[in-house]
Amino acid sequence: MSVVDNNKPEKVFRLSMLIYDTRFRSMTIQVIALMLLMLVGAWLVNNTLNNLAVLDKELGFQFLAEPAGYDINQRLIEYTSRSTHARAALIGILNTLLVAFLGCITATLIGVTAGIARLSKNWIIARLMTVYVEAFRNIPLLLWIILMMAVFIETLPKPSAFRGDNATAHMFLGDAVAFTNRGFYIPAPVFNSGSTAVVVVFLLSIVGIFVFGRWARKRQDSTGEILPTGWIKLGIFFVPSILVFFVTGQPIGLEYPVLKGFNFNGGFHLRNSLIALWFALSLYTGAFIAEVVRAGIQSVPKGQSEAAAALGLRPKRVMNLVVLPQAMRVIIPPLISQYLNLTKNSSLAIAVGYMDITATLGGITLNQTGREMETLLLLMAMYLSISVTVSMIMNWYNNMIKMRER
Amino acid sequence: MANQSFVRNEMLGEKRPPASQVGIVSWFKTNLFSSVPNIILSLMALWAIYTVLSHILPWIFISSWSAESLKGCRADIIERYGEGASGACWAVIRERWPQLLFGFYPKELYWRPVLAMVFLMVALSPVLFAAVPRKVLWFSALYPFFGGFWLLWGGTIWVPLAGIMGFVIAYLSVALLPKLVGSLTATILAGLLPLIWWTLLAGPTIGTLNSVSAGMLQDRYIATTEQLVESIEAEMAAEEDVLAVESLNRKLKTATKRLNAANSMGEREDNIAALEIEADELRASLPSSVKGVKDLVDVDDGVSDADIAALEEALSVESKLLTSKQQLAGVYKEVGRIGPLSIDSDQMGGFMLSLTIGVTGIALSLPIGILLALGRQSSLFVVKTICVTFIEFIRGVPLITLLFVASVLLSYFLPPGNNFDLVLRVMIMVTLFSAAYMAEVVRGGLAALPKGQYEAADALGLDYWKSTRLIILPQALRVSIPNIVSSFIGLFKDTTLVSIVGLLDPMGLSQAILADQNWNGIVWELYAFIAVMFWIFTFSMSRYSMYLERKLETSH
Repeated sequence: MSVVDNNKPEKVFRLSMLIYDTRFRSMTIQVIALMLLMLVGAWLVNNTLNNLAVLDKELGFQFLAEPAGYDINQRLIEYTSRSTHARAALIGILNTLLVAFLGCITATLIGVTAGIARLSKNWIIARLMTVYVEAFRNIPLLLWIILMMAVFIETLPKPSAFRGDNATAHMFLGDAVAFTNRGFYIPAPVFNSGSTAVVVVFLLSIVGIFVFGRWARKRQDSTGEILPTGWIKLGIFFVPSILVFFVTGQPIGLEYPVLKGFNFNGGFHLRNSLIALWFALSLYTGAFIAEVVRAGIQSVPKGQSEAAAALGLRPKRVMNLVVLPQAMRVIIPPLISQYLNLTKNSSLAIAVGYMDITATLGGITLNQTGREMETLLLLMAMYLSISVTVSMIMNWYNNMIKMRER
Repeated sequence: MANQSFVRNEMLGEKRPPASQVGIVSWFKTNLFSSVPNIILSLMALWAIYTVLSHILPWIFISSWSAESLKGCRADIIERYGEGASGACWAVIRERWPQLLFGFYPKELYWRPVLAMVFLMVALSPVLFAAVPRKVLWFSALYPFFGGFWLLWGGTIWVPLAGIMGFVIAYLSVALLPKLVGSLTATILAGLLPLIWWTLLAGPTIGTLNSVSAGMLQDRYIATTEQLVESIEAEMAAEEDVLAVESLNRKLKTATKRLNAANSMGEREDNIAALEIEADELRASLPSSVKGVKDLVDVDDGVSDADIAALEEALSVESKLLTSKQQLAGVYKEVGRIGPLSIDSDQMGGFMLSLTIGVTGIALSLPIGILLALGRQSSLFVVKTICVTFIEFIRGVPLITLLFVASVLLSYFLPPGNNFDLVLRVMIMVTLFSAAYMAEVVRGGLAALPKGQYEAADALGLDYWKSTRLIILPQALRVSIPNIVSSFIGLFKDTTLVSIVGLLDPMGLSQAILADQNWNGIVWELYAFIAVMFWIFTFSMSRYSMYLERKLETSH
């Protein structure tokens, strides 16, 4: 056996081991990849600096503090054309978040309804929903947005049609809401003195609902009694606020839109662009959510609901305690990515002139200041931070509802 | 006692089910009217369908196909269907459909995109259907260079040949080099050599080939162009319509310009030779303080004005030389063109453009996406980080911002003076965008694979690439087919976004057509046409994926 010991290979390092020895190879590949990456990066940065030097441009974000000089008609906070570019960008972000928020809510409602209806035993409803899903999933969103805009402009009455004794159009809900081809006019809330109390009580009652829910669950765990939590929560939601509202003498009023001259005044004006974008995004994303919901419900084996029924649970509890929690695990991740898609797709607002972040920062500000590099970097950073925030929340939620395996 | 027990020894015939369980009545009862809520829902659905169809169907069929303008359409409909009738004006589609299909591609060259489309079908057939003979795959491999690029854009044949040359170099280095330098080095070289060829060598080579073919073809080119000029002049003399004369005049101008350029080739060459000598002399006679300086900015402080003036002279001759060389290269490119007339990208448009971008994106994003997904699964930290960053960045921003980058920012990242075509830039961005989504889809497939498969592949002694190619990818890709196809569909729909950066895809063209005086006021017809076209493409793609899933289904 000593022969073997004598022939032991010498531990020398040869250069070819960097490639042929698996201990070193991964390191070699990584070093090469890193060097290539740095080379390409340096090349790009060098080119960019050269090009900027040729054009006599400097990178900098000072332009954000300069007055923007353009108007934004749909805005949530104060803004004039003398405000800064930064302010215009902020308006844009708020508009993006507004349409994304509204869109996510309606898309979920539409999607869940359509997804469940597609599984319905009612033949015609199931088919109708299939047609809806296939139509919206297979036609570009841009077309839907422009089409929706055209629908509003072409089919709704002009504000002037509301005028005079023989008006051809009329307002709805007791002269509160007007649908015109310039947009929708809805009542705006007016907060008079004393309204703070109502708002505070309202917020407190929302906190109260959560506190009550936890208490009721604890009580159920210890005594086994089940309270009608749904009704009680509904009561907490409405009763205190309404009581305070009347006790303080109705401090919150509604300002109705009124026809003055050729247009409506007062109230809240939802412009066509917002409504068209909102509807198109909701219907389009709704079709995708419908598929997500359908797949989620179908993923729960039938044996689960049968087993729950065999345990003696009633159909509603079977749904709430057995089927939904399992279906949710399948539904939530793709649902969140649909929300993200909706938010990113809202950048198509530019096609109908809705002033979201792409239209303000990436559109007018870019064209006016000529600072392509800075505005586009900022624009991408905005969308990236929205996406990253949502994915972080999603990962946290996923971990929470993950199946606890031993 | 006789045995009274009775055993039936023949089966009774089947009885018909009760009338309420079969037939159309029962179908309606179980599927539409099984309960009160269902009755209400069914009736509401029927009413909704009736309302929609009663509006849309008459609009579609009470229509005019023949008018020349929207006004004409309305008059035509009233004439044929009576006072008060209104309906669709499909005449706009009839008049503009060549444009909606091909954009502003020259009319007399429509056969080229059509032929490219037919070739595309042939090239796709072996990929899509297993029954097609495998030899057709050679055609598919050559299609992108000749059928796709060369037919659509035209130009000289050296360009697609140079493209193929890169792959030939890669193949040769895989086939021949391992014996000389070892297999791993050969693999690395197989990746590097084609890149070097494409980025550094292909351009000058094409230039040289152009000049050679220009020298050979000059006489023929001059002869044909002279003929063309004569025929246009004859046509102009015969034509009386002002607009037609105008367009002929434009053609004549281009042809004369080309003729002059071709005639001046020798003169330009002599001129360049003279300039070269002059530039060399000036360079050589420069004082030592400014010798070798390429730009006025780089001149050191304290150099005398006379020296700077000498340098300026030398530089101005050099830049003149450069410009004339570029001009001559342009002339060579045109005169020495072996192949069809070259078409500018701004003449591309319509569904042709959507399909070109879509098909390129689909074909390129799948391999890139697979590599990214493998990189993301990799145990190499650096590779993994690069892939994750790339994927998450692309997926975090909307496509429209990337298209903005393509249209205004991409030229900043390239060496100065290097600015390539917008369609190409958009294609690159769409491909990268789609590749990031593809990577996530493929990653889903990889994650769905049981760990035992990886371990079994290792146990068989397969190396990383072999196990990936033979064991992992075939299974992972099969699992992800539905998602891959829906990603393709998404990409194809996303091609409409290029209209926002000014390309004339169907959406962009529809805006242009709506701005036309004759068709101002048309709304629904164009959008309906575009929607139906897109729907046909995407819906057939989704049906194909279902067929593929069924075909590849291996479970029982």
